[in-house]
Amino acid sequence: MIALEKRPEPSSFWRWVAPIVAVALTMAAGGAMFAILGKDPTEAIRTIFWDPLFGPFAAHDRPQLLVKGGPLILIAIGLSLGFRAGVWNIGAEGQYILGAICGAAVALAFYPLDSWVVFPLSALAGGLGGWAWAMIPAILRTKFNTNEILVSLLLVYAAEQLLASASLGFLRNPDGAGFPGSRNLSRYDAAANREILEGSGIHWGVSAAFLAVPAAHALMTRHRVGFHIRVSGESPRAARFAGVDPNRLTIFCLGVSGALAGLAGFFEVAGPAGQISIDFNAGYGFTAIIVAFLGRLNPVGITLAGLLLALTYIGGEAAQATMGLPAAAIQAFQGMLLFFLLGVDVLTKYRIRPARRARA
Amino acid sequence: MSDLLVIDGLTKAYPGVVANDGVSLAVAPGRIHALLGENGAGKSTLVKIIYGLAAPDAGRMFMRGREYSPASPSDARRSGVAMVFQHFSLFDALTVAENVALGMEDPPPMSHLARRIRGLSEAYGLPLDPGRVVGGLSAGERQRVEIARCLIQDPDLLIMDEPTSVLTPREAESLFSTLRKLSSEGAAILYISHKLGEIRALCDGATVLRRGKVVASRDPKTTTEAELAALMVGGEPPRPGRAGRAVGAARLVIDGLAAKPLSPFGTALKDIRAEVRAGEILGVGGVAGNGQDEFFAALSGETASDPAAIRFDGAPIGRLGPNARRGLGILCAPEERLGHAAAPDMSLVENAALTGMRRENLTRRGFIDWRRARSFSDRIIERFDVRAQGSSHAARSLSGGNLQKFVIGREILQRPEALVANQPTWGVDAAAAAAIRQAILDLADRGAAILVISQDLDELLEISTRFAALNGGRLGEARAVEGLTMERIGLMMGGSRETEAERADSR
Amino acid sequence: MTFAGIDPLILLASLMVASTPILLAALGELVVERSGVLNLGVEGMMIVGAISGLATAVETGSPWLGLGAAALAGAALALVFGFLTQTLLSNQVATGLALTLFGLGLAALMGQGYIGVKPPPLPWPDLSGIPVLGRLLDQFDAVVLISLALLAAVAVFLKRGRAGLVLRAVGENHDAAHGLGYRVVPIRMAAIAFGGACAGLGGAHLSLVRVPQWTEGMTAGAGWIALAIVVFAGWRPWGVLLGAYLFGGTTVLQLNLQAAGVAIPVEYLSMSPYLITILVLVIMSAGRGRTAIGAPASLGRIFHASR
Repeated sequence: MIALEKRPEPSSFWRWVAPIVAVALTMAAGGAMFAILGKDPTEAIRTIFWDPLFGPFAAHDRPQLLVKGGPLILIAIGLSLGFRAGVWNIGAEGQYILGAICGAAVALAFYPLDSWVVFPLSALAGGLGGWAWAMIPAILRTKFNTNEILVSLLLVYAAEQLLASASLGFLRNPDGAGFPGSRNLSRYDAAANREILEGSGIHWGVSAAFLAVPAAHALMTRHRVGFHIRVSGESPRAARFAGVDPNRLTIFCLGVSGALAGLAGFFEVAGPAGQISIDFNAGYGFTAIIVAFLGRLNPVGITLAGLLLALTYIGGEAAQATMGLPAAAIQAFQGMLLFFLLGVDVLTKYRIRPARRARA
Repeated sequence: MSDLLVIDGLTKAYPGVVANDGVSLAVAPGRIHALLGENGAGKSTLVKIIYGLAAPDAGRMFMRGREYSPASPSDARRSGVAMVFQHFSLFDALTVAENVALGMEDPPPMSHLARRIRGLSEAYGLPLDPGRVVGGLSAGERQRVEIARCLIQDPDLLIMDEPTSVLTPREAESLFSTLRKLSSEGAAILYISHKLGEIRALCDGATVLRRGKVVASRDPKTTTEAELAALMVGGEPPRPGRAGRAVGAARLVIDGLAAKPLSPFGTALKDIRAEVRAGEILGVGGVAGNGQDEFFAALSGETASDPAAIRFDGAPIGRLGPNARRGLGILCAPEERLGHAAAPDMSLVENAALTGMRRENLTRRGFIDWRRARSFSDRIIERFDVRAQGSSHAARSLSGGNLQKFVIGREILQRPEALVANQPTWGVDAAAAAAIRQAILDLADRGAAILVISQDLDELLEISTRFAALNGGRLGEARAVEGLTMERIGLMMGGSRETEAERADSR
Repeated sequence: MTFAGIDPLILLASLMVASTPILLAALGELVVERSGVLNLGVEGMMIVGAISGLATAVETGSPWLGLGAAALAGAALALVFGFLTQTLLSNQVATGLALTLFGLGLAALMGQGYIGVKPPPLPWPDLSGIPVLGRLLDQFDAVVLISLALLAAVAVFLKRGRAGLVLRAVGENHDAAHGLGYRVVPIRMAAIAFGGACAGLGGAHLSLVRVPQWTEGMTAGAGWIALAIVVFAGWRPWGVLLGAYLFGGTTVLQLNLQAAGVAIPVEYLSMSPYLITILVLVIMSAGRGRTAIGAPASLGRIFHASR
């Protein structure tokens, strides 16, 4: 029998080693899962984690890492602020969809105007769309004390219906011969989210993510607002004593995470996805939750975690194509990763030692 | 008469501390035995072992001459041991009867149980209504529930852990008569306290613990309080002294303050009036749960009130938040160290910045200057003799006394014009308590207006200039401490208690 | 008797059938939350229950074994959550989310070979001959009855029994319960497993009776709505029934409106159950504190018996 003993203070060693152990354990457990599915585990792990970086098609895959990692990092950065403060926005997927719809709607309203203002205005609309969708749980929380976890999540389902309605109805391509889906924004020059450096994978969304990382870092470590966020998460009562207004903080955290998710949605729809379609959302809003936790709610950690999760997407697609590994296996794999992380995390706050006598 | 419980050489170590080191004592039927010691002396660990909540590393216990090693509280209860906890082990949302049933091995059906509780409450003078929800009861009534829960099992040994810390003097008196009746019926009582006066009045024998070891066994009736105190602390405790300075004009004026309860079972404040003058300490006494938390929150700015209900140097401040009040020089130290005064997992530097942001100029355009924050934290540690391994360590890693010195020091070093402290020495060892009281007295001598909320009457009598009692959300009239007797204080604190007890009785 | 072309008894029956998965999941979560644990993984446990039930029923040919397997799978998944939160003391919100994300992936993985496969039907006697109530009962299935029986059992358990009192005590103040010698962790583990089994059973009702086949993501937020219904119910069993019927009513109504070809676009009708759930949540929580609406005081707090 073992017992847990609370450490006098959290271990900074385990804080950063825990995610690495979790990734290793997930690879082992994932390998077992692949073996059960009848696939060679070492080959599957290599295909997912090694080949996209160093394999024969790495030149094509490496930029994809940024393309997929960008939105994950951008959303996770926003979520991490709230999670640090104890504000649980788990509806980033919905805010992402709303950002895409609003951004695309503004861009398409200008179609076919060729002006430089279209892109920034659409991006702004995307951010505002995500922000507005996140304001629903924020206002219900602050005005009516309604649980923001449930509201933000339920709004994802509402957003998915809106997306269906947009791609079948109000945003449908009038020249699309009745097929669902909007005009292709990536072929509308004034609104397209282009690569900034040809072949690098760095589009405007990726650069926004890379701006958000140092900004969030500075906010959390140096700025008073970041300090208030951290105190609120650690100890809400101490935060109020320090003069933090919990309502304003809730609105700030949900607003920022909603706006960043909305931006990510617009960048995706104007770039890699190209158009509003009924299933344009790929679950980035949910995967970003894993990214945020795996990255220890720390901007630098989130960057690494975002790239790692992007790798599982790219490698997962490759394994799907070459080994017939089902797409769902990757989803289960990602979920497992969060499980293992939360389990290993016990070592950050507690020490494990043998108990003298078994006792519950 | 032979001993009921004999404890022989119990040792229990926790990582970093030996809580009990070869402790031996004996309790006989029909006797009230005191277990004395400072906070952290190992009293709680010892009773947890007796009650089956912890297992000793070494040593043995005998009950009625037979080896006794309870594996769980259930075992202990079956052996005839019952315990009243210091921090009530009650369930707010459940009824009195349900709470009693949870403490029993084999409870009868609820209707039957309710009858037995009524019978018991008459026999021992413990007015209780079995159907009431516990959350709505006063501290005294809650303790009656705890005691009823023990008595209903006809215990041979009753353990009372600091039972009077939440009682008014009058409630304490009635508790003592209940205990005397019990012991006259043959029960053994192990009575844990650090209040020497009541031990001398109540107990037949006393064992003194210091740092986990038994340092003495005395008959409290024939030992002086000073001697017992010296045994407990291991030397003469320092007595705080005051230079003495004339009291000035009223600075902090509370004028018709009302506030809603902070929690579902909290107490609303009603029409509170008081003034605190420059250089004086106003002591606010009262049993926990009479509105202390609400009063403190209203003064610190955590809850807003009517603007004119609180004035400082004539200016209405009721609407201002905590930081605006800090700007004016009104600083506060909450009761709960971990989680209110300080964030447990954050470093001392960050905890210094928690309230020092404004007066210590720790920010530039919203960005925090951590170097200044660190030097502020270092200064607190140095000036208030905080035993910490350094400013980078988490608040949680400090002992209660050291963290409390840090919290009080943090406010005092910010040169307060007014200081509000809630339970400034609660759960703190004697040396730290003396240091904190001295710091508060020195601050008063420098002309600050100070309001101390405390449940420790001795502390209030020692440091305050005037005393007022908080009772059911109302503050009684403040009286000069000089010449105030315990009886008088008991009356001041009594307030509506009587009527409440009668109300419960008449149901 | 018909009303605007719809038989009210049939309508009531379809409402009750439509609310059964949510009723079961919410009932399980109610017990979990009364023990002081917040498990946000209901959606994940439901969907794993749905596919486990369907796969077992298809493979063995027995829908009863399917129901059993669904309950077991839900409980097994719940125990993973229990191990992480109770033994390894992880954050309950994050762990519950992980459970949902993992469950959705796992279910999709398990469902690979079962897309479009029809399960064997759950046997149900022909009760249409019974006067009046026959038309109602004829629409029912075994799971509807199981859910109602479980509801009554949970209500009695929480209100009357010693075990129910202990469970409530643990949820109300785990430190005090520990101090009195109650084994907080095992009690919570049992509650968590029960909650998982109920959620799994609810999922199986979807895949074996209501739809009945497997489609990815078929629970479509039912687990989250179940969580909301526990709040709506004020943590009381009969409130759960009311909440589930309210949701079932909304669902049946919007489906009928869709079928009737009302001029509102389908997407907005499909959105309505979620929006109504949010609205109900707002009404329930407005202007009241946590305890005032009956939430257990230890809900979501980590229990660690240190000394």
